Amino acid sequence: MSLFAAAFAWLFDAANWAGSNGIPMRTLEHLIYTVVTLIAAGIVGVAVGLYIGHTGKLRGAAVLVTGSLRALPTLGLLFLFALWLGIGLTPVIIVLAVLAVPPLLAGTYAGIEAIERSTIDSARAMGMTEWQILARVEIPLAMPLIVSGVRSAALQVIATATIAAYLPLGGLGRFVFDNLSLRRWDAVIGGAIIVTVLALIVDGLFALLERSVVSKGVRAARSRGLGEAATKRKSVAVDAA
Amino acid sequence: MSWVVANFAQIWELTLTHVGLSVPPIVLGFILSVPLGWVAHRYAVSRSILLTVSGLLYTIPSLSLFLVLPAILGTTQLDPANVVVAMTIYAIALMVRSAADGFSSVEPSVRQSATAVGYSGWGRFWAVELPLAGPVLVAGMRVVSASTVSLISVGSLIGVSSLGYLFIDGLNRQFPTEILAGIVATIVIAVVFDVALVLIGRLLMPWTRSGAQVKRRRAATRTEVAA
Repeated sequence: MSLFAAAFAWLFDAANWAGSNGIPMRTLEHLIYTVVTLIAAGIVGVAVGLYIGHTGKLRGAAVLVTGSLRALPTLGLLFLFALWLGIGLTPVIIVLAVLAVPPLLAGTYAGIEAIERSTIDSARAMGMTEWQILARVEIPLAMPLIVSGVRSAALQVIATATIAAYLPLGGLGRFVFDNLSLRRWDAVIGGAIIVTVLALIVDGLFALLERSVVSKGVRAARSRGLGEAATKRKSVAVDAA
Repeated sequence: MSWVVANFAQIWELTLTHVGLSVPPIVLGFILSVPLGWVAHRYAVSRSILLTVSGLLYTIPSLSLFLVLPAILGTTQLDPANVVVAMTIYAIALMVRSAADGFSSVEPSVRQSATAVGYSGWGRFWAVELPLAGPVLVAGMRVVSASTVSLISVGSLIGVSSLGYLFIDGLNRQFPTEILAGIVATIVIAVVFDVALVLIGRLLMPWTRSGAQVKRRRAATRTEVAA
């Protein structure tokens, strides 16, 4: 336990909070990697997820891909890309994006899949075009699960961006790897604690976001306690949270 | 390719080490998660508490956990036990939710029928609820197995040997073949484990072969998403 005390002493030492190697800069780098990756992966994952969810095509392939990507060891992939592309930000972003796509994809298509078929059929019967159905019915109703997918993706990326620092790049993992060989455990564990706290904060923010993206109509129906569909949505939203 | 042939003994040995590190967390995760999942399913209060806690556990980055655990467990930094305990924690974090969803996927009418034909709480659990929750449990275990097998290699960064050694050694020697060999071996383990889980599921639940119900399939999809 004294190791924790040392780690906290390290965390609260003002010397570790200044300069380009300081905690704020490393955290910023970590967050920049995470955001860039999520944008890149989001464009691919959400778009493909919407296509699969809306058309129902390729669902089997998506399940297969998301399942098998999970078994891919990120560490190996990262080092392989680093050797192929040279050590730099590109291999890191590619590998992190590979990691982030499956939860984004799964969240998006599962979100659309969970919508009552009758709701979508009604929209179609009212004369909405396929694009209108997607934009005004499916995306709003699927939003909580889409955000839930982004949330899992963000967590995976934050955790794995730590490992990326093994290649001499920035990010919070630097505290871990720079000090591991020196056996400076206070800094190693201090770094590990910062990553964990960052993950918890981001997770908490997404949890709040998930709640706030429930569409207005659904929320109104729920607060009035109307209908079976409202209760069903509620259970999905709660599950996603 | 010739490198793989020449070094097959080493790859095989690392593969066995990798399997040895993967199996205990997967098995322990299942044993510990099923009762926790049942409790989470049974009582609304425990559901929110258990699912929140397991969700929080899953947010701890693996590298952090590997490094912090020795300080908590009193083990040495290089002890493989750190990796096994850390991976068990992740397995529980993923699996409690699946188990809770699995038990919730059992129709209340089925549960009532079981009570009506004379099952007591304990007997009903073993003979009715657990088997019917089975497909969702298997879906959850497949996720647990794949993520455990792929994450174990991170332990190599802190010196706990596994196929991850090939990644680090390959990077240091600038030798992609070695890294590829490690990736392929990891995937082979994951596939073998996955097939084993599916077969165990079919063996124990012969009725699922004809196709599961929509509700359970949905619960299984949620499991995929949650992961």
